[in-house]
Amino acid sequence: MRRVYLDHAATTPTRPEVVKVMLPYFTDAFGNPSSIYSYGQEAKGAVEEARTKVAELIGAQSEEIIFTSGGTEADNFALKGIAYANEDKGNHIITTSIEHHAVLEVCKFLKRREFRITYLPVDKYGLVDADDVRKAITDKTILISVMHANNEVGTIEPVEEIGEIAREAGVYFHTDAVQTMGHILVNVDKLKVDLLAISAHKFYGPKGVGALYVRKGTKLVSLMHGGEQEKRRRAGTENVPAIVGLGKAVELAGQGMGKEAERLAYLRDNLIKGLGKKIDHIRLNGHPTRRLPNNVNVSVDFVEGESMLLNLDLEGVCASTGSACSSASLEPSHVLLALGLSPEQAHGSLRFTFGRENTEADIERVLEVLPGIVTRLRAMSPLYKTQK
Amino acid sequence: MPDVWSQYSKKVMEHFKNPRNVGEMENPDGTGHVGNPVCGDIMELYIKVKDGIISDAKFKTFGCGAAIATSSMVTEMVKGKSIKEALKISNKAVAEALDGLPAVKMHCSVLAEEALKKAIEDYSNKSKRKRK
Repeated sequence: MRRVYLDHAATTPTRPEVVKVMLPYFTDAFGNPSSIYSYGQEAKGAVEEARTKVAELIGAQSEEIIFTSGGTEADNFALKGIAYANEDKGNHIITTSIEHHAVLEVCKFLKRREFRITYLPVDKYGLVDADDVRKAITDKTILISVMHANNEVGTIEPVEEIGEIAREAGVYFHTDAVQTMGHILVNVDKLKVDLLAISAHKFYGPKGVGALYVRKGTKLVSLMHGGEQEKRRRAGTENVPAIVGLGKAVELAGQGMGKEAERLAYLRDNLIKGLGKKIDHIRLNGHPTRRLPNNVNVSVDFVEGESMLLNLDLEGVCASTGSACSSASLEPSHVLLALGLSPEQAHGSLRFTFGRENTEADIERVLEVLPGIVTRLRAMSPLYKTQK
Repeated sequence: MPDVWSQYSKKVMEHFKNPRNVGEMENPDGTGHVGNPVCGDIMELYIKVKDGIISDAKFKTFGCGAAIATSSMVTEMVKGKSIKEALKISNKAVAEALDGLPAVKMHCSVLAEEALKKAIEDYSNKSKRKRK
């Protein structure tokens, strides 16, 4: 059976070109970048080259890029780093109710330690109102953190506007760009951000590596203490092969990004249209136009997400859901609830996220198998009878 | 290594793919309705009772794979059992009959047990009323 992978927001396959440039740094060029002999310096050169590539694509300077173990560390670093470096200035952080857990859980952690957190609401499309950000700022506010695009529903936030507001107020501004980097334009000056988190495996790079952009002059406390790597901001021997892979992934993403985004948006819109035609009682989650080019998120009434996913998997289709039947809390996606969906609708959500290898045939495959799955599950749903 | 990686046992998947006793029952002798939309599982279990023996059982479920499989399994297990025997069916027994459930899914088996108990309770209440 042909496998149709439609979960690129979860992770992407590492491109063969990326793997190829990584390999020598495991074996022949295995040196420690901190060593002064040529083996070490060769590795250091590769790390710096990758740094330049990342900086170039986001319009930053090389020294403003700190490599991390991924998006989660980058978000942790931004929030905790700013919070603890600016305790003398204030203790208030503004974020949104739909951030990734890598931000929300850090906020929870900080809240238990004398910091105050404001969680801004979103509208039914998942959009944050920039005016709400302005109103939430107090003389104690030290950081605003708003994601560039939401990982579940794909809504692209008004980051530029918020950046403007943050700058006027003299408050640091962080954005989690894990879902946008490599897919749509990410430019730190255009977005007016002071900090920005990225993760390589979301754009065909390896897992376990990411970066945090930190605007020059930004006061930040380190999370990792030890050696002098990353200009003493992040100790630990560099993950050289992964960093090289990140650099290559960034380079490849920069080539033909617009064209690929256009192609994916076409697939996205076709799937949305097709699902609407073939399945009744279905709704699109997220913004109709201000959304990631590769994201389709729908709620199918009267059926639960995991049972749809399992059935799709049996047909070779990999997707995702905001239903959390398998999480310890059993609560459905905080993002979908923040958009105003009922728990049933949130449990009945499906997310399809496209990537490079997907074609129209994959969309057709979903449209071929999903309606039957929904009909079968609805037939056994106690919620369906009351609606008929 | 399994041929297919799954969090579920083969038996769970088998019951998920081909659930037994799906559907509503006309004039059930007892109905059990459990679960809530917040946790994402809603089960409805119907039983027919003849001379103190559960002669038929059916279900309708909104929920994950484990919820569907446990509903299917519990309806299979109660058929032909006396009310007294059926009350002894525990959530663990349902899970074991499915060759186990992932830890995070054990609540589904609890739901199946509760649905059965509610259905029997409903039956008992109805028959008491009849006797009066």
